[in-house]
Amino acid sequence: MESRNFHVVAETGIHARPATLLVQAASKFSSDITLSYEGKDVNLKSIMGVMSLGVGQGADVTISASGEDEADAITAIEDTMKKEGLSD
Amino acid sequence: MTTKLKGIAASNGVAIAKAYKLVDPDLSFKTQSITDIDAEKGRLDAAFVASKEDLTKIKAKAVENLGAEEAEVFEAHITILSDPEMIDSIKKQIEDEKVNAETALKAITDNFIALFEGMTDNAYMQERAADIRDVTKRVMSHLLNVNLPNPALIDEQVVIIAKDLTPSDTAQLDRQFVKGFITDLGGRTSHSSIMARTLEIPAVVGTEKATAEIEDGQMVIVDGLHGESFVLPDEALIAEYTKMGEAYAAQKAEWAKLKNEKTISADNVEFMTGANIGTPKDLDGVLENGAEGVGLYRTEFLYMDSNEMPTEDDQFNAYKKVLEGMDGKTVTVRTMDIGGDKELPYLPLPNEENPFLGYRAIRISLDKTEMFRTQLRALLRASVYGNLWIMFPMVATLPEFRAAKKIFEEEKAGLVAKDIAVADNIKLGIMIEIPAAAVLADKFAKELDFFSIGTNDLIQYTMAADRGNERVSYLYQPYSPSILRLIKHTIDSAHKEGKFVAVCGEMGGDPIAVPLLMGLGLDEFSMSATSILQARSLIKKLEVSKMQELATKALDLDTTDEVVELVKAYTN
Repeated sequence: MESRNFHVVAETGIHARPATLLVQAASKFSSDITLSYEGKDVNLKSIMGVMSLGVGQGADVTISASGEDEADAITAIEDTMKKEGLSD
Repeated sequence: MTTKLKGIAASNGVAIAKAYKLVDPDLSFKTQSITDIDAEKGRLDAAFVASKEDLTKIKAKAVENLGAEEAEVFEAHITILSDPEMIDSIKKQIEDEKVNAETALKAITDNFIALFEGMTDNAYMQERAADIRDVTKRVMSHLLNVNLPNPALIDEQVVIIAKDLTPSDTAQLDRQFVKGFITDLGGRTSHSSIMARTLEIPAVVGTEKATAEIEDGQMVIVDGLHGESFVLPDEALIAEYTKMGEAYAAQKAEWAKLKNEKTISADNVEFMTGANIGTPKDLDGVLENGAEGVGLYRTEFLYMDSNEMPTEDDQFNAYKKVLEGMDGKTVTVRTMDIGGDKELPYLPLPNEENPFLGYRAIRISLDKTEMFRTQLRALLRASVYGNLWIMFPMVATLPEFRAAKKIFEEEKAGLVAKDIAVADNIKLGIMIEIPAAAVLADKFAKELDFFSIGTNDLIQYTMAADRGNERVSYLYQPYSPSILRLIKHTIDSAHKEGKFVAVCGEMGGDPIAVPLLMGLGLDEFSMSATSILQARSLIKKLEVSKMQELATKALDLDTTDEVVELVKAYTN
C-alpha cells in the first residue's frame, strides 16, 4: 500500500471543480484508492463520497492506494492536487 | 381537427413547425417487491448507461454551441453517474429491500440530496444537490421509458412549447432550429418574450394551456403578430399563414432599408431611436438595426451572470467595449438594479413581503456604497472611450439623487487626483419609474441632465398592480390617461429647463404609444433593438403637429380604450 499526506491550501477546499478532476484522476487506476479525513474514509473514485466529507481549507488528509498500480496512482493524484492548487 | 389557442403577442413573425415540448414528463412510479434481483440490477445498469450516453451527446453539443465553460456542468453530471459508490448503494438497496430499481434509486439519491442540502453553510454543496436531482431525473426517465426533453439535442426545425422558459432553458437551445415559442405563462416583459425578440423568432405567451393541448411532434402555427397559435392546422390554414409570414418578412426587408437613415417625422422633426441592451454581446443586434444610441444598458447582468461580485476591471472592460462599439453615439448606463425579482448568490438580501416595494436598486447602492463606488469608478474610467450618460434607477426623492451625485463627484475627484483620465461631459440622470419622482419632475429637472422613463415599472407602481400577476394584468395600461399625464408632466418639466427625456420601457417601441409620445414631445425612444426599424418607419410617416393634437385630446379622455380608438383614428 502506498499512502501520502496532504495539507489542503485551496480556499474552497476539496469541493469545487478540482474534486471532479481528482475523482477522474483516481478512476483511471485499478487500485482501491481511499481519502481519509478526520477518521472517515471514502472511496476517492466516488464524487459523492469525496464531496460529502466537506474537506475545507487547512485540512490534513491522507490518500492511500492499494493494488497493482498503487505507486503510479499516488503520483498521478499528487500531480493533480498540485496542478489544481489543492495542496503545496 | 385544428385547435386555436389565444395568448399574448410577444414577438413578431409567423412560424410553422413541429411542436417540441419542453415539459418535465410524469416520473411517478409505484414501489414494487421484486424476486428477480439480477434482472432489476440489469435494468438499473442499462438506465445508467443510457443516461451517460445522453449526457455525452449533450455535452458535445453544449461545447459546440455554448463553449467549454458552460458545458462543464454536464461533465459534473457524468462524474456523478460514474460514481461507483452511488450505483453500488442502489444495487445493495435492491438486494436488501427487494424493491424495484425506481424505489431504490429514489431512496439512495434522496439521501445524498438531503446530505448536500443540509450543508447550509456551503452554497456550492447545496447547488450540487440540484445536480444530483437532475441526474436522478434522467436515470428515472430511462427506467420508466419516458422521454426527457433534451433541448440541446434538437436537430430539426421546431416550435418550443413550455410552461415558461428560464434562462437555463434558452441557453441550451440551438438557434438555427428553434423557430418559435408558445408558452402557458408570461407576458410581454417575461424572459421568454425578451429572448424571442432577441432571437427574432415569433412567440405567443400566456396561452394558459399550450402544454396541455399540444402533443409532442404535432404541427403548430405561431402567429406572433396577433398572439394566436393553431394546433394541427389544415392545408388551407398553413397556406394562409405561410403567406402572412412572407408578407411580414417582406415588410421587415423594407424596414431594413431605413437602417442608415435618421429618425425624422413627416414634418421634419428629428427624434432619436435607441436600443436597450443587457450585455456587450447585444451590440451586434444594436448595430444591425441601426440604433442611434444605447438608451438603456442594464448593468445588473454583469452581477447576475457571475458567482461573485464583479471587479472594477471586469466592469470597466464591459463598459469600455460598449462605449467603443457605439463609436461616439450616446450610451446611457443604468447603475445596478438588483432586488425586486433579481437576486444575487453572493449578496444575500433579506426576504421581503413586497420585494418590488423594498430594498432594491439605488436604495441598495446608497446603503452598500462600496459596491456603488466600484461601479462608478469603472464607469468613470471607461468614460474616455465614448459618450457616456449615467442614470440611477428607482429614485423617489431629491435627496437620493443628490446623495448619488455626491458619491459620483467624490469618485471622479479621486480618479482625477490620481491622474486617471475621465471624460468631463458625462451626463447624470434618473429613471422615472416611481410616480413620486414623476410628480416632482419639475424640481428634479433643475438639478440633473436627463430623465429616462421606465414605463414598465411606472405603470405597475402607478396602478398598484403587479405586472406578473395574471389576475390583475388588465391594469397594465400603458395608454391610460393617468400614465400619459405623468409622462407629459415629466417631459414638460425637463424641456422647461432645457433637459432631455427618453422612454426606455416597452412603450418606446409600441405602435400605439409612439404617436402619443411624439405628440408629447419625447426626445428619444429606446427599445429592443429588433423594434427600432419598425418604430423609425412609423415615425417617418407621422406629422408631429398632428400628433400634438392627438396627444392633447388623449390627455383629456376618460379611459385607455378611448385613447386606443383615438390613436387608431389618427394613424390610419
